[in-house]
Amino acid sequence: MKLISKEIKKTVSDELREKLHYQMILIRLFEEQVLELFSQGLLFGTTHCCIGQEANAVAVIGNLREDDIIVSNHRCHGHYLARTEDVQGLMAELMGRSGGVCSGRGGSQHLCKGNFYTNGVQGNMVPVAAGMALAEKKKGTDSIVVLFIGDGTFGQGVVYETLNMISLWQLPILIVVENNRYAQTTPITMNFAGTFSGRAEAFGLASGEIEADDVIRLKNRFADIIKTVRKQNCPHIEVIHTYRFCSHSKGDDYRPREEIKFWREKDPLKKLEKQMPVELQLKLREQAKVKIEQAVTKAENMPFANLNENS
Amino acid sequence: MRYVVSLNRALHQLMSEDERVYLLGEDVLDPYGGAFKVTKGLSTAFPNRVITTPISEAGITGVATGMAIRGLRPVVEIMFGDFLTLCADQIVNGACKFHWMYDNQVPVPVVIRAPMGGRRGYGPTHSQTLESLFLNVPGLTIVAPSCFHNAGRLLYDTVQNTDTPVLFVESKLFYPKQLRVPDGNNRIDHFFVKTLTNHSRIFPSISLSLVEAEAPDVTLIVYGAMALLATKAAFNLFMEHEIVVEILIPSLVKPLPVSDILPSVHRSKRVIIAEESVCYSGWGAELASQIQQAEFDSLIKPVGRIGAKDIPIPSSRIMEDQVLVQAEDIEEEIKRIVS
Repeated sequence: MKLISKEIKKTVSDELREKLHYQMILIRLFEEQVLELFSQGLLFGTTHCCIGQEANAVAVIGNLREDDIIVSNHRCHGHYLARTEDVQGLMAELMGRSGGVCSGRGGSQHLCKGNFYTNGVQGNMVPVAAGMALAEKKKGTDSIVVLFIGDGTFGQGVVYETLNMISLWQLPILIVVENNRYAQTTPITMNFAGTFSGRAEAFGLASGEIEADDVIRLKNRFADIIKTVRKQNCPHIEVIHTYRFCSHSKGDDYRPREEIKFWREKDPLKKLEKQMPVELQLKLREQAKVKIEQAVTKAENMPFANLNENS
Repeated sequence: MRYVVSLNRALHQLMSEDERVYLLGEDVLDPYGGAFKVTKGLSTAFPNRVITTPISEAGITGVATGMAIRGLRPVVEIMFGDFLTLCADQIVNGACKFHWMYDNQVPVPVVIRAPMGGRRGYGPTHSQTLESLFLNVPGLTIVAPSCFHNAGRLLYDTVQNTDTPVLFVESKLFYPKQLRVPDGNNRIDHFFVKTLTNHSRIFPSISLSLVEAEAPDVTLIVYGAMALLATKAAFNLFMEHEIVVEILIPSLVKPLPVSDILPSVHRSKRVIIAEESVCYSGWGAELASQIQQAEFDSLIKPVGRIGAKDIPIPSSRIMEDQVLVQAEDIEEEIKRIVS
């Protein structure tokens, strides 16, 4: 009897699995489309894709409320899509079109919609996110801030200034560290001394670490953390050990092939798909594909954004 | 009223009228009340909205920016303006970008107060006039009241009205000094006063002149701490050489309030710009360029500029005086251009 209840508890509804899968496949296909359009010269500037890291975005953001605040970084497409599913606005933004979410002003790494904000400089948004949490605390709302950073961000001094302040002032902020083991091309072993937990402990911050391969486990873990951050109005740092299958931006991937292969076999998307009927996967994949293709076509027909119409 | 009291009262008024106004800074709590006492009494009156911070200038600038994005009106005190270099990324790549970069979706009403300037013997890293480093940052407004402005009123209007980041530059030399407000005859000391309101409406420029001449011999343009030196020079030049100087003192440093400046230039046909900052690539360079583009045909001589020498500011007051512009330097430069 006890065994059965445990089994039931462990089982997530098919609906949730379907939702997570759709979001993950949407992000994966979107990023693949971005890389394709990039090679065709149809996008401006550079771009930082999150292929392999989709589970982090959907697991964390799937636990948030509309009034919660999300602050992200240069690698933000997954977070943005998990939050908004606004494929059209993001695609048009990357293509510099007038229908872009920031009318082509921000591009890939500078997005804003509702309570979602990103910026392109490493660490720049860390104190800004703390300020947002302080504002919500002072206003007496129970909104929380979720800040996404990477392992490489820990090279920035302002991160440590902020860890000190969020602990001192007990701000309702969850810092999600996506440790993808590389700061652009430099492996973590060459740019990161000590440990994540040591850093958290030094500032008196609650923290934890989790592997990224199982999106359901991730989602449950973050449900608990977010509940605590909200209820206790206090900070938390959670490190997700993850891996990006694509390069940092473009043409800067010098990682060993075997290493990438090793991580691809632990692909969280594949793991989730093993738990789902093939027909359903194909259906969701097709839905996402159509949505992205339509967004590209529509964006291509939009005029380029220019200063005259929106200064 | 003293300059520091004027600013302090403005902060009291702002915080009592508007619950969205917060103050952040290092050592701002009573009984100390901030390094220059501008924040005195505030933490006692508004304990929940005055936040003393660690020594983390970049961090607190970012925190204030985040608060501003979320609907509050934070005022940050940077203890010495020299430390703005620590805040540079937060100002340049953060606060000043968000409003425009996010397609005007978010206002960012953050006001960064910073005392600037030398002549107190604080040496190379506590005496500079660094706002010129930020002149070519889009999205930033720079305001600097002189002692001829109602400093508190300017601060009040700034915090009340802005939707984008403002660097509010205070003069540490003026803190203990009395504000020079016009008397009933619209005179300050011996000077006739005119208040010029440019497009900004809330950041007036002050015009000072010893005679109400149709055309002054020279237009002298200064801001902030240079204003007192300018009046000293203008007084001496008139008494000893009968040279009539119109002094223009903008409170708006960026963008330049050119509409307050060009009419005087058109009449005097001679311009001297003096600044406390390093002369090289300074505020005066941009101003001279704009004046020459607009009034080249009416100028008799090229626009003259003086500013600090291109070396760090020494601690020794004797050497400090040699590095920074003095009233005599302004007089010499004016005599040269008038001759």
